[in-house]
Amino acid sequence: MEAWFALLVGTFFTVAIYLLLSKFIIRVLLGVAILGNGVNLLIFTGGRLTRGVPPVIEEGADALAGPAANALPQALILTAIVISFSFFAFLLVLAWRAYEDLSTDNTDEMRVAEPEEEPAPPLGY
Amino acid sequence: MAVSTSPPADLSAALVLEPVAAADWLVILPVAWCLAIGALLVMLRRPIGLHPFIAIAGLAGLVVIDALLLHHVIVSGPVTMVMGRWLPPFGIAFTVDLTGALFALAASVVALAGGVYSLCDINDSGRRYGFYPFLMLLMAGVSGAFLTGDIFNLYVWFEVLLISSFGLIVLGSEREQIDGAVKYGFLNLVATTLFLVATGYLYASFGTLNMADIARKAEGLRGTAPLMTLTALFLLAFGMKAAAFPVNFWLPASYHTPRVVVSALFAGLLTKVGIYALIRVTVMLLPMEREELSFVIAVVGALTMLVGVFGALAQSDFRRMLGYLVISGIGSILAGIAVGGPGGIGGAIFYALHSMLVMTALYFASGVAAKLGGSFSLSSLSGLYRRHAGFAAISLMLAFAVSGLPPFSGFWPKVMLVKAALDIGAWWLAAALLVTGFLTTIATGRFFLLAYWRDTAGGQGAADEAQIPVAILLPLGVLTLLTLAIGLYPEPLLATIQSAAAGLSEPSSYLNSVFPGAAR
Repeated sequence: MEAWFALLVGTFFTVAIYLLLSKFIIRVLLGVAILGNGVNLLIFTGGRLTRGVPPVIEEGADALAGPAANALPQALILTAIVISFSFFAFLLVLAWRAYEDLSTDNTDEMRVAEPEEEPAPPLGY
Repeated sequence: MAVSTSPPADLSAALVLEPVAAADWLVILPVAWCLAIGALLVMLRRPIGLHPFIAIAGLAGLVVIDALLLHHVIVSGPVTMVMGRWLPPFGIAFTVDLTGALFALAASVVALAGGVYSLCDINDSGRRYGFYPFLMLLMAGVSGAFLTGDIFNLYVWFEVLLISSFGLIVLGSEREQIDGAVKYGFLNLVATTLFLVATGYLYASFGTLNMADIARKAEGLRGTAPLMTLTALFLLAFGMKAAAFPVNFWLPASYHTPRVVVSALFAGLLTKVGIYALIRVTVMLLPMEREELSFVIAVVGALTMLVGVFGALAQSDFRRMLGYLVISGIGSILAGIAVGGPGGIGGAIFYALHSMLVMTALYFASGVAAKLGGSFSLSSLSGLYRRHAGFAAISLMLAFAVSGLPPFSGFWPKVMLVKAALDIGAWWLAAALLVTGFLTTIATGRFFLLAYWRDTAGGQGAADEAQIPVAILLPLGVLTLLTLAIGLYPEPLLATIQSAAAGLSEPSSYLNSVFPGAAR
């Protein structure tokens, strides 16, 4: 089971990295979203996949009877989802503002902060 | 009812039962304090005239808290506090050792200086935009990152400081800032995602996220778990946060775009958080893997220094030059991490603390230079010496400090790093450090020559003596005096740093503080 999930995570990462390497912000954004989901799946798989054994303590018992599914990765993923969602929202708005203000979504043409032809520092007085 | 029949549970196996000592609350106080002040500022949205004063009082309080915390740690060793009283490794632990406390104190001093400087740099629209709440949130994230003892919690603090830095970097929404923020935002988000990937693998191999627990278990897992992969991933993620060479390009693309005070705070705080995390993970948690990777780290460090300083030489914009000098400083710190041992790690910590103070002060100086000379560009700045001799003196001192010349704070860490590199026979690394220092002297010296001594107005320009507001001169002067004081009298700081480095390489007291009585 874990092996199939590992392959799936690998696919997510491949797609994400391919999109992140693009010049266009909108593709990079999609890459960021897919990368975040790939990482969530990775944490989920890293916590080991156990089916049908919920970590619920029986009535009257003090502790779990035997090995059960690991609940912690879900807490980690929940945190990561909230964070990556808010960042994605911020970057989406930022990309829109950049498109409006700089009238391009091509990172090659975004040269306002780093102009292409900058004067070299003076060589003397 | 089942409750009445079951035997009373033994809570001491799961919870910390004795109440937390009053002094130990200091561990969590920096974070709680910053969040509380930030929340107060958000609630007082309308009277923006009050914001700076509340924030400055809050940051002054933070300096006091961090100083008390450092004192507490010096007196009684590493301190641990666990959230919700759950015993570690199940409860999220905040563990402060000397390294964390030193970094937190330096960060709070830098933030206080920034708070005072912002009085003249952040206008009403910036305040309405939320500069001060963002600043307090940033400090909560930075303090949390320095004080936490849990690696997933460290990730969360990274995100807290990242989201507040996004708010700060676009403050003003100018075209340049949007452009810089796009590059800053995307690359930093990718870096923290890589950090999360590494954390996921770490959890999969160790089954724990508590740093002390990881340090205990690393020995036993060395044969079976892919620890080298983990360390390499952490190195890439934190290297990207710290702007180490092949992944440094976001920094010079963005650090010169926001307000001067924002640039100054970023230069002083953000890259150093990455470096701190790298030191924590590679030196304390996975020391054998750091040993294995030391050659890679050394090469990366040397290239980072040289790329940084050559970049600085090629710039004609004051703030962009400073951005490259930040990168070059990161290279020196990486060299220390690569060399290892008390000299290398101590030198790295010392250099990081020095760089926090000096880079912030230099960005402040760039703001003053632009105010006096009307530009950041080297081709039009001139005659600053005639306009304000005192400011020129401060700038020269800072230029000496960043180049690593005595008697300023940059000298001692450089001595430690060069000596540590020579001791293990890495002469090329020592040479890179020295060449970097020399080239930095040229870059800053040329700047001083052109912007301060050159006088295109011919001595009778429009304005002669200029006044600099106290709110700008005070933080700049205090940071410069600190640099000078550390340079002239380094012994107490040096001794503290050496025991901090020893505590990282031999973390038995750290482990004892998290798991009392379970020492190896």
